[in-house]
Amino acid sequence: MLVLSGIAVVILGFAFRINPLAVVVAAALVTGLAAGIDFPGVVAMLGKAFVANRFIAVPWLVLPVIGLLERGGIRERARALILKLKGATTGRLLLVYLFVRQVSAALGLVALGGQVQMVRPLIAPMAEAAAERERPPEDGPLDEATRALVRANAAAADNIGVFFGEDVFIAIGSVLLIKGFLEQNHVVAQPIQIAVWAIPTAVLAFLIHGVRLLLLDRKLARGKSGP
Amino acid sequence: MTALGLLYDLLGAMFLAFAVCEALHGAWRSAAFWGAFAVSMLAGSWLSDLLNGAIVILLAALALIGLRPKQAPTADLPTREASAATLGNRLFMPALVIPLVSVAGTLLFSKVPNITLLSLAAGAAAGLGWAMLLVRAGPGTAVDEGRRLVDAVGWAAVLPQALAALGGVFAAAGVGKVVADVATQYIPMSAPFMAVAVYCLGMALFTFTMGNAFAAFPVMTAGIGLPIIVGKFGGDPVVMSAIGMLSGFCGTLCTPMAANFNIVPVQVLDLKDRHAVIKVQAPTAFLLLAANVLLMTLLVFR
Repeated sequence: MLVLSGIAVVILGFAFRINPLAVVVAAALVTGLAAGIDFPGVVAMLGKAFVANRFIAVPWLVLPVIGLLERGGIRERARALILKLKGATTGRLLLVYLFVRQVSAALGLVALGGQVQMVRPLIAPMAEAAAERERPPEDGPLDEATRALVRANAAAADNIGVFFGEDVFIAIGSVLLIKGFLEQNHVVAQPIQIAVWAIPTAVLAFLIHGVRLLLLDRKLARGKSGP
Repeated sequence: MTALGLLYDLLGAMFLAFAVCEALHGAWRSAAFWGAFAVSMLAGSWLSDLLNGAIVILLAALALIGLRPKQAPTADLPTREASAATLGNRLFMPALVIPLVSVAGTLLFSKVPNITLLSLAAGAAAGLGWAMLLVRAGPGTAVDEGRRLVDAVGWAAVLPQALAALGGVFAAAGVGKVVADVATQYIPMSAPFMAVAVYCLGMALFTFTMGNAFAAFPVMTAGIGLPIIVGKFGGDPVVMSAIGMLSGFCGTLCTPMAANFNIVPVQVLDLKDRHAVIKVQAPTAFLLLAANVLLMTLLVFR
């Protein structure tokens, strides 16, 4: 039971809004100590696992590319494109993005998207531009809260699209993890069988979030005067 | 040297350049943070485990007291608008070449180990070359602009790796087994629907605390899924696993621990509320979790 104290540290850390990186490291130290390992041993265990997972940092290599494109005006260009496009509302735009993200992830193209590569330079400025156009003219420019809501929705569409699309692809990490785990437990399953059973949830995810995006449009169209 | 080692050297060099850039602007805490992370990238393979662990603790301590980055210079709005008008849609090409190269590389050389990561790095290199030509910038400007973005991401850039390390410590300490024991001991699972509900909710909750469905899956499936849903009630293990994993993803949508998905966008989109993205995702996550429980009940016992 004592080894669960790490989970308690995580929950308390959230509750008191302490920096998550500090919370995670503290939780690892507490768990190791609770399991009866001495302090240098726990620190070494943490260091070894951290170094073994360095591959997770590889996507950060795109930072200079996106930074340069922002300097060149990629966000302003994305805005201008949407302002010219008649009928583009925030909800419809994000619905199309959700669909493209989900289908491309289901085909294994998980790299086609992402918060830093796609949402910040392209999707968020486009969604904001659409929201500005949707607004009743007498309401003036977007207020801070609405702008934040639109941006958060752009980020959410990317996440939901990739989460509930990727499992339909047979060579993705989670499907292979399931296959490996079942094999260890003497159940033989082909990746295609696992992927097929991810389809009902994928369809429901698109329907549920799609309806919510269209509701977002109604909320934005009501503007400041709405409830 | 392995190909993966080469990538770590590349990452280390990039973060070291960011650190130097921070130091030149007098942002000492940020310089120390990215410098320490660069050391972990460059020298992690031959430093002792204890020293590597000390670096992780240093990173956490710096994050706790705040990194205090300084405003990084970039082109002003009129300049960017003028540049956008001149360059037009050509600006999108370097951004699109990254996924294109990484997908093409993965498909063409599928036999090479770690090909996804190598292709992504190749895509980033191609994108960087193209972007530098397009906006007529030298390597110094590329580092400056990269630093501006890494300042926006901040400590969250290191969190996924720290979480993976936490998962390693949890596994070594046997946390998973204790969680499964507690769940099976104290929650009645006499009806098939109850077992399905406990398994799906357990996946979501455990993913919520761990930030990663991959860590929750073996624990919940070995502890509850296989012995009870499959063993006791005769459910289909494949259906159970597929929908169980997706129930875990509902937990991922709601947790600040899933930094790449829920915290990084808050930072790079400049949102004031740290949980802004989670708040948008939560209703979808709850509805979908309920739908998963029903789907599994219907499909797993066919």
